[in-house]
Amino acid sequence: MLTLLWTDIAVFALVIAGMYGAWASSKKEHLRRPWGQVFESTVGVVSLTMLLVFILVGVLDSVRIQHHDTLASGEVSEHAKTLSLLDIVLTPIRTRVEKTYSMPFAHTAYAKEMVADSNGQSQWHYPRLVFAVSHLAYPEVEKTSDIGNKILMGVAVAVLVWLLLILFITGIRGQHPFKQDTNGLKSCVWTLLAVFLLLGATANLAPYYHILGTDKVGEDVLYQAIKSIRTGLVIGALTTIVMLPIAISLGLMAGFFRGWVDDVIQYLYTTLSSIPGVLLIAAAILMAQVYMANNPELFTTLEDRADMRLLLLCMILGVTSWTGLCRLLRAETLKIREMDYVVAAQALGVKRLQILKRHVLPNVMHLVMITVVLDFSGLVLAEAVLSYINIGVDPSTYSWGNMINTSRLEMAREPIVWWSLAASFVFMFTLVLAANLFADVVRDAFDPRANN
Amino acid sequence: MINYILRRLLYVLPVLVGVNILTFLLFFVVNTPDDMARMQLGDKHVSQAAVDNWKAQRGYDLPLLWNEEEEGFAQASKTIFFEKSVGLFVFDLGASDNGRDIIADISQRMWPSLAIAIPSLIFGVLANITFALLLIFYRGSYLEFGGLFICITLMSISGLFYIIAGQYFIGKLLVLTPISGYAPGMDAVKFIILPVLIGIVGGLGSGVRWYRTLFLEESAKDYVRTAKAKGLSDLQILFKHVLKNALIPILTGIVVILPLLFMGSLITESFFGIPGLGSYTIDAISSQDFAIVRSMVFLGSFLYIIGLLLTDISYTLVDPRVRLD
Amino acid sequence: MSTPIKHVVIVVFLLLSACSDSALNNPYSESEHTEKIIYTAFSERPKHLDPAKAYSSNEYAIIAQVYEPLFQYHYLKRPYQLEPLLAASMPTVSYFDYTGAQLPVDAADAHIAYSEYQLSIMPKVSFQPHPSFNVALHKELPLEWSGENVYDLPLTSRQLTSDDFIYQIKRLADPATQSPIAGLMGNYIVGFTEFSAKQTALKKQYPMLRKTQRLQSESMLGVKRIDDLNFSIRIKGKYPQFINWLAMPFFAPMPWEADEFYSNPNLQKKNISLDWFPVGTGPYYLQENNPNRRMVLAKNPNFHDEFYPTDGAADSREKGLLNDAGKKLPLTDKVMFSLEKESIPYWNKFLQGYYDSSGISSDSFDQAVSFSGAGDVGLTEDMLEREIDLQTAVTTSSYYLGFNMLDKVLGGYTEKAKKLRQAISIVVDYEEYISIFQNGRGVPAQSIIPPGIFGHVAGDKGINQAVYTVQNGVQRRSVEEAKALLAEAGYANGIDSSTAKPLVLYFDTMDSGPDSKARLNWLRKQFNKLNIQLVIRGTDYNRFQEKMRNGNAQMFMWGWNADYPDPENFLFLLYGKNAKAVHGGENAANYQNELFDALFETMSTMDNTPQREAIINQMIAITQDDAPWLWGFHPKAFSLHHAWYKNVNPNLMANNKTKYINIDPAQRHEYQAAWNKPVYWPLVVLLLVFICLLMPAYVIYRRIERSTAL
Repeated sequence: MLTLLWTDIAVFALVIAGMYGAWASSKKEHLRRPWGQVFESTVGVVSLTMLLVFILVGVLDSVRIQHHDTLASGEVSEHAKTLSLLDIVLTPIRTRVEKTYSMPFAHTAYAKEMVADSNGQSQWHYPRLVFAVSHLAYPEVEKTSDIGNKILMGVAVAVLVWLLLILFITGIRGQHPFKQDTNGLKSCVWTLLAVFLLLGATANLAPYYHILGTDKVGEDVLYQAIKSIRTGLVIGALTTIVMLPIAISLGLMAGFFRGWVDDVIQYLYTTLSSIPGVLLIAAAILMAQVYMANNPELFTTLEDRADMRLLLLCMILGVTSWTGLCRLLRAETLKIREMDYVVAAQALGVKRLQILKRHVLPNVMHLVMITVVLDFSGLVLAEAVLSYINIGVDPSTYSWGNMINTSRLEMAREPIVWWSLAASFVFMFTLVLAANLFADVVRDAFDPRANN
Repeated sequence: MINYILRRLLYVLPVLVGVNILTFLLFFVVNTPDDMARMQLGDKHVSQAAVDNWKAQRGYDLPLLWNEEEEGFAQASKTIFFEKSVGLFVFDLGASDNGRDIIADISQRMWPSLAIAIPSLIFGVLANITFALLLIFYRGSYLEFGGLFICITLMSISGLFYIIAGQYFIGKLLVLTPISGYAPGMDAVKFIILPVLIGIVGGLGSGVRWYRTLFLEESAKDYVRTAKAKGLSDLQILFKHVLKNALIPILTGIVVILPLLFMGSLITESFFGIPGLGSYTIDAISSQDFAIVRSMVFLGSFLYIIGLLLTDISYTLVDPRVRLD
Repeated sequence: MSTPIKHVVIVVFLLLSACSDSALNNPYSESEHTEKIIYTAFSERPKHLDPAKAYSSNEYAIIAQVYEPLFQYHYLKRPYQLEPLLAASMPTVSYFDYTGAQLPVDAADAHIAYSEYQLSIMPKVSFQPHPSFNVALHKELPLEWSGENVYDLPLTSRQLTSDDFIYQIKRLADPATQSPIAGLMGNYIVGFTEFSAKQTALKKQYPMLRKTQRLQSESMLGVKRIDDLNFSIRIKGKYPQFINWLAMPFFAPMPWEADEFYSNPNLQKKNISLDWFPVGTGPYYLQENNPNRRMVLAKNPNFHDEFYPTDGAADSREKGLLNDAGKKLPLTDKVMFSLEKESIPYWNKFLQGYYDSSGISSDSFDQAVSFSGAGDVGLTEDMLEREIDLQTAVTTSSYYLGFNMLDKVLGGYTEKAKKLRQAISIVVDYEEYISIFQNGRGVPAQSIIPPGIFGHVAGDKGINQAVYTVQNGVQRRSVEEAKALLAEAGYANGIDSSTAKPLVLYFDTMDSGPDSKARLNWLRKQFNKLNIQLVIRGTDYNRFQEKMRNGNAQMFMWGWNADYPDPENFLFLLYGKNAKAVHGGENAANYQNELFDALFETMSTMDNTPQREAIINQMIAITQDDAPWLWGFHPKAFSLHHAWYKNVNPNLMANNKTKYINIDPAQRHEYQAAWNKPVYWPLVVLLLVFICLLMPAYVIYRRIERSTAL
């Protein structure tokens, strides 16, 4: 049975909208040309491929089904748990929870513990992990070669799959992708090889090792980092969705109608942007908590509450971040409305809304596009900072911000627990870097000034 | 000119009123005065009488926005909102909910904030400009490509990482600076080196790219070609002429944020234990001290608007062609 | 090209070698290193330093050193024992009946209507030097005064009299003070509530009346001045714990001059008030109070004669706690509190030697503490090398998980609800909780009374039979037994037999820190053992408090710290008349049991006799069976301190321990220098890397220059 959270609906809407947008812009010449330029650039294609991989994970994590656990006694549990497809794919690392911290690839716990051995003698030593490396009898000796073998196997499978993909593409296109003079497909295929290699090795290792270690309650860090992808994407994307309609409609109206409309809109965004954003967000999050505390019947599960908070965070971030784009669009519209064709249309008595839709909007779309890709990475980064002051996503939500926040304490440990921080850093960095690089390429392609 | 400034100053008023209403609504929807009283009074042996007493002493025993029991104008003025708002407009911020004078606290805490913000800004801008000009100088070479890639990399790292890593490596492993804290006067230097350094590095990525676009636009202009034809070297052209002509957007960009420097940085200050206005605000949020939060929001928006005004004025000052009317 | 770089390198090396000797990271001024200063920290600024208002440990850390009550807990002796501090002797108590006739000392509780405490104070005690004793300054402040520091004003002092104690009691009753114990004391001190009401009336009638005049114009019926050094307090009924309250800073003497001096509006505007600048008789006075940065306590030059105890517990001498016996207190000149909000910098600075002592957070635990083969607690090699010392003590506090007894599912006194609670009590494995989240620093609680408090039963006898069995050692009952209980309660396998729906329980929490997620996950796991779904309802502080007040919570975690070492201070948390949702008291579980309440009333007025112990045991047995709480655990406090920080003795009741501490500044300076050698080579490496990067830049630079030249 399928269940949907609010943000899931938003994710799907977003994906569909994205697809529609791609289809629509492929019809329009003035959009197809810069996009073509993006697809020509190696950096653009590589970063886009990475982004798509992340998005795929996010979408997988948004498809939820009811799942019934099997109890220790063998019977199927009565109450259902909601799991996403991603959870099911990741079952081997999701369910293997150790007691507490362990290093990446470790077979013993991070800290010594008092353990009673078979003779009933208590000993103070590093206990073996329950799940990780349980397939090896003498991990000290066998581990290195075992890891090597597993990686090799994984890599081999990955290469095979990749070759199949090449064959498939060749079959469809009638020629193999390397002969193309188009740079795009080639870069995409090579990036995919890298992704496959990584995936293959990881998939083969993960059921036996905690590749990125475990956290304080023994949960696999790799699992957390992967689950955080959805949160990052939702924040980046959903905020944009909230912000775009407000920014575009108000920006265009202010620039086009001028007069009191302009005054009111200017007043609105000056007022909003003059309030420090953090304070606005803090107030909104507090308000949400009060609302949820007063209406517990609406939010029966932890997931519902966490999801609501995420949704609300996106909305409030949207409210605080529309002012920049709005100002930009207003200025641009002011210029466009003096253009000959707009003046002519007005003289001919074309309805104002029509003019806005037909003549003004298409001419500011490049600004919108650039702002969207640029803001995306900023929002992913903002999530981490907000979590630090406890006004970000719910503490029970998997997010890089929460991981960083927890790892501040871990940095003080000796020996230092670095893997949570490192994992969140690597994942977040990859996503943001891909987004930034892509934004860069998009801007170069769409910005008329950069074309000179 | 003076006319314009006056008009803009008048415009400040409705914005501040709007800000005030918004913050007031946001915080009081969440927190009733009862909540605030209990928060301040602690949790052992708190009776309703004590709560009422607290509210009465701080003027929170009135209705929020509308007083039904009064007549005429007093219906609006005998309310928490009115009584607490009027003072703000003459910068009488009053006392915080735990009884300290806010102005006194702010005037004390602004100095550490400034001690970090000003050097970060000055050295940050200098570093950004230098690197941006160098990138343009090495245009087309692999140094430029590498430089740009480093910029994007720097931009893609969360600010938290810079702080955590800086504190860990420089403070803990290398023992070069105190881990946290602050001291007034010249002693402050050893405490602010690390936050300032982190501030500069953290802003380098986006800063360099922003200045680079600025300089690129400038160096596409005719006079650069003329200068080149005259036989001036590229470095001379860049650092003398291009820089000079790009000063207007640079300056105006800085002027906008100048007043806000004073608000401090929320994250840096609480990480490094610096008793500035940023940590003041965070503490107020977490202890739900509405009086402080409201004052800081008010101050912040006031400074923001002043910043906008200063930008406009500075345009006319550096470029006589721009006229305000 | 090479010459300038060479110069740069030489200069840098010179600079580095020039400053490589001293520690660069010393957060204090270099000149302080010979002084006897205790370095410690505060994490948030104390809300109140007025002894009538302060009620939390971070406030006591400061004011208990400045103000002195009549009595104090002996620093070394165990069990905790009160001794005179400002008092000349322990008080004499006499009892009276309703008619006012004196009763014999052994009179039955039922006959006692009033008890009277005769209190006498030590002669020739002076207050700290303070401008408020210059009565001329009450009128106006000198113009040349900068307004920064009150100690720049002319200072004088005055001798302590019984009036100062009486004035403070009046301040407690004054509604304007908002003392947290005003309500509680109103129930005991005769005339307290009436005085309070009278003050409100006076304030309304004469709004211009000064506070000091207002308080001094009326007297409180139960508080009588006898002469300069003697006074008496009369309380309702018999309340032996009252003397413990007299040992808290609430009852420290307060000169009326201080109130008068600080009422100057010019001072108020500068944040100079009694709430921020105390005036006391204690071993230290608050010399500097900048809650935005640091607070400094300095030795009080007028401090009366007090000497380090010459006798203590049996092992005090071998622990070296009597090395300073007989020396005049305080042993240090200054205490410096620096603002340190985060635990990590605090810990790191402690390791660098810039703080003298530290607790151990669960994150630094592994670094500091190791267990020996036999399970004894010890320090790690690293800590031993630094000659750091460890102190452990089981605290007199309880951290528990409460059931709301008013709840329809979990609450109530039916057999069904009781079994459900007992089943849950079994499966929530607090041993595991302590080992994961407390690093083993805690004792699973068997009852409400922590070790060290009268009535606590140690060993197998004190075991909570509902949760544990004593078969080859004490063991938690098995999950199977819990499941059986659950089935008897009508929820076989987690399914409510009456509705055939799964049982869903709610846990209310205000926990939102980074650690909370792990804790809540753990809790959910415990309930999963019974196939019960636990829903966590997270909320903020205010909402949580509101839920507790209205009795809308189902389960919650809470803690209680002892105010004074008496079982009454714990058992009253389950006393029916203290039910939070009904009477607004501290009984958050809203537990009501008539037998328990009756026993409580008898027990609370008794002295620590075997009879009392028997009653307490009976009360504990009732609550263990009813299981209104999961008894949780009593945390163990671990604290570390450096070798130069001497005379540390865990005393959980005393707040004024600072005066006993001694410091060896020379040793401290030596260690600080050794531990804080700056590491320069990475900087040099960085510089070299930078220079290497400059090479290609220079090459390209030459190429470009040449091409433009052509």
